[in-house]
Amino acid sequence: MSNNNKNYTLMDAKKAEEIVRSNVKKRRRKDIVLKSIGQFAIFVALSFLVFLFVSIFAKGIPGFFQHYVTLEVNLDQKRLDPKGDLSADSLYSGDARKLVLEALYKEINPKGRKQKKAAKKILSSNAEIRVAQMVLENPSLLGKTIPITFALDDDIDSFLRGYIKRDTPESDRRINNTVIKFVDVLVEKNLVDYKFSDYILSGSASRSPEIAGVKGALIGSILTLFVCFILSFPIGVATAIYLEGFAPKNRITEIIEININNLAAVPSVVFGILGLAIFIGVFGMPRSIPLVGGMVLGIMTLPTIIISSRAAISAVPPSILDAAYGVGASKLQTMFHHVIPLAIPGMLTGTIIGMARALGETAPLLMIGMVAFIVDIPNSIQEPATVLPVQIFMWADFAERMFVNKTSSATIILLVFLILMNGIAIFLRNKLERRW
Amino acid sequence: MVIMNYSNNMKLETKTIGNIFADNPKITSRNVNVFYHDKQAINNVSLDVGSKEIISLIGPSGCGKSTFLRCFNRMNDTIDGCKVEGNIVLDDQDIYHPSVDVVPLRAKIGMVFQKPNPFPKSIYDNVAYGPKIHGLASTKDELDSIVELSLKNAGLWNEVKDRLQSPGTGLSGGQQQRLCIARAIAVSPEIILMDEPCSALDPIATAKIEELIHQLGKNYSIVIVTHSMQQAARVSQRTAYFHLGELIEVGLTKQIFTTPQDKQTEAYISGRIG
Amino acid sequence: MNNDHILSTFDNDLNRLNKDLLKLAKLATEQFVNSIDNFSTQNIDDIDQLISNDKNLDDLDEKIQQLGFEIIALRAPQAEDLRRVISALKISTIFERIGDYSRNISNRTKALCELSSDDTPGVNIGKMGLVTQEMLEDIIIAYKDKDSDLSVKVRDKDVVIDKMNTKLYQEVLASMSRNKKNIVSGTHILFIAKSIERVGDYVTDIAEHNYFLINGKPLSDNRPKADKTSLYGID
Repeated sequence: MSNNNKNYTLMDAKKAEEIVRSNVKKRRRKDIVLKSIGQFAIFVALSFLVFLFVSIFAKGIPGFFQHYVTLEVNLDQKRLDPKGDLSADSLYSGDARKLVLEALYKEINPKGRKQKKAAKKILSSNAEIRVAQMVLENPSLLGKTIPITFALDDDIDSFLRGYIKRDTPESDRRINNTVIKFVDVLVEKNLVDYKFSDYILSGSASRSPEIAGVKGALIGSILTLFVCFILSFPIGVATAIYLEGFAPKNRITEIIEININNLAAVPSVVFGILGLAIFIGVFGMPRSIPLVGGMVLGIMTLPTIIISSRAAISAVPPSILDAAYGVGASKLQTMFHHVIPLAIPGMLTGTIIGMARALGETAPLLMIGMVAFIVDIPNSIQEPATVLPVQIFMWADFAERMFVNKTSSATIILLVFLILMNGIAIFLRNKLERRW
Repeated sequence: MVIMNYSNNMKLETKTIGNIFADNPKITSRNVNVFYHDKQAINNVSLDVGSKEIISLIGPSGCGKSTFLRCFNRMNDTIDGCKVEGNIVLDDQDIYHPSVDVVPLRAKIGMVFQKPNPFPKSIYDNVAYGPKIHGLASTKDELDSIVELSLKNAGLWNEVKDRLQSPGTGLSGGQQQRLCIARAIAVSPEIILMDEPCSALDPIATAKIEELIHQLGKNYSIVIVTHSMQQAARVSQRTAYFHLGELIEVGLTKQIFTTPQDKQTEAYISGRIG
Repeated sequence: MNNDHILSTFDNDLNRLNKDLLKLAKLATEQFVNSIDNFSTQNIDDIDQLISNDKNLDDLDEKIQQLGFEIIALRAPQAEDLRRVISALKISTIFERIGDYSRNISNRTKALCELSSDDTPGVNIGKMGLVTQEMLEDIIIAYKDKDSDLSVKVRDKDVVIDKMNTKLYQEVLASMSRNKKNIVSGTHILFIAKSIERVGDYVTDIAEHNYFLINGKPLSDNRPKADKTSLYGID
């Protein structure tokens, strides 16, 4: 301390007050500037958020709707069910397509082969499957003539939405004038409807955009997440309990901790490579199944769960531990009767974060091949499947206009799924939370 | 000063002034040293705790009184890097012997802490937890009786008997501390250790706890650590003065507070140091 | 509202202090009354008994001092409790002194017994003693019952004793100047009278302590004084 400080005395109160007052204006200005910057930043962020949501919903909501046509179809028993036994085999090999076309021709009256060829383009390729499914579910319909609603082909749908314009030269258009004429007829007859799509949620992957849906991907995601949860939650929580409550404080434990913390920051694609190399390469497990996908995601989620569970456990006040030990509880009893019940909210939070991340992961699952074009809906974790983000990724690649919309629709579904998951977990967390 | 302790024939070297022995002692501690890593917190302390006596440990902050107290029920085991040397004998058993299980030891020696720390459970469950894990009750009725008796002996029964299922943390500070006392006595200890039990409470709550301690002293040995020497004067029969990890003087409370024999004790009590 | 201290041992200690003090008061009163009686009866055995009893008062006073000391050290009494303990210590000392003066009266009485009765001037020590005895008994009641008004009355009564003492002083002086043989006995009687007068003063001290204990402020010092003995010489 220099000698100058020896003679310093605190300044007199009145003088100090003067100086403080004179500086107040400057300080207030600084506050206002900082506050404005903060508010501006929030405004910019919110604008981006609004823009994002608006663009997703602008494209996605239309994806939930599509155009249908209603036709009177004669469900001729003999032609639909050639084998006569109402089996799926018989129905799918029957003549449903012809019956549907007949119903269509009745309305638009095509003349000649060229016109009939144009007419065939109007309906979705799925039309006959719909008829077969209806009869399978309700055999009493056979022999009746009933109105059935069919999805229109995606090009027709695009035309009706206005993406394919009449005034574009015919050679540049995907549909020719004949088709347009027929569509006009159907529209005039009031047979065409624009309503909520029953394919988006119940259909699975398909090259035809009008019948493509996310059901397969959704179930694939659910199965994969299920495997991921079963793997990562128990192991993660148990690891956290061991590390916080029972592990001796030595070098080995330190190294384990450092590794776990670092793993949380590893890019997820690396886990995909790991899964490819070990699960598929060494263990010879099949590609593209939720089991393997779940295992990969499980390993990826493990560090997140461990870290947040450890934080939750160490956040329990030591006074509770003292009280438990003081009354003669053993380490195990203290951990399970007192610490864990109080740490559960934190553990669940970490799990929610981990699961949410896993839900949206694409890269590691691409590595292990869950890109396959899966039409069938998987029934178990050992059947090939795909997951929702991968489905979105694949649809984003396709050029058809309807896929553009459906990509955003699937994104909306993914978001809803995420919010639902979070909601359930938050509900659970609130229910289990105890105040101390 | 070298004292021969004829009761167990151990040669005892101590600089403590006053009588460290007690007739018919419950706990005898000899030559206790406690280290936190390399720092020594307790230096060669020997002290007896008698049956059904109330003895208080006083001294300035950091003098080691809480550390010494926690040796008796081996709560220092839960602290990393804490090493306890010396001989502490409870009912003819050396409590630091490797074969001793701390769990039953801590049922025999109850502890009440500075800040009331009831479990985040109901009042009933708080008191019932100890008896449950130690298997002291074989039927629900027995458990109910244990809870009722403990709460009565802690002077809390009348205030909570109609709301045993409400959370323990919903009580006032003084009530919470009495709940912690009830929790401690529910496992039928012989000794109760209290680490500054009233320092978080207002004067009226403190007085009620002190009266409770006076009543409990008829059935238990009680060792109290307190930073309030007035409390030690009011509540205890014997007082031990600690300073920088050493036991400076011990004697009857009456005598320590009127005519202490050591100058350091006098200086502390009359507010000249500390 | 329950007026007990939350800490029951505090009440126990205060009650013990009170009990011992009242016991000392009773003993001191007895000693005084007996010393006045012995002046008339001149029974040597009684006088010796009284003198040896004085030790009991000394012991009891010492016990009270020790107890009061401990209560202050251990309980840190406040407000009325503090006034009570401090007053008890002071009053205890006073009663012990009253005992001492009773012993002195008895010693002087013993000396008088050895002189012939002709040489003793006739004076009314008994009357003075009676008034003083009344004051003593009243002040003990005032202490027990926390009677502030009675305390003031007792204090004011001291003036009677002072007047009696002045009168007696004149009479003895006259007797001594009439007959040289009366000088020794007269001197003893003067000392006895002085002792009684001192006891009266002590009782007023007790009254003032009691007043302070009850009211928390001192009794104003306007007490009537009538000791005019210093104004008299031998004519």
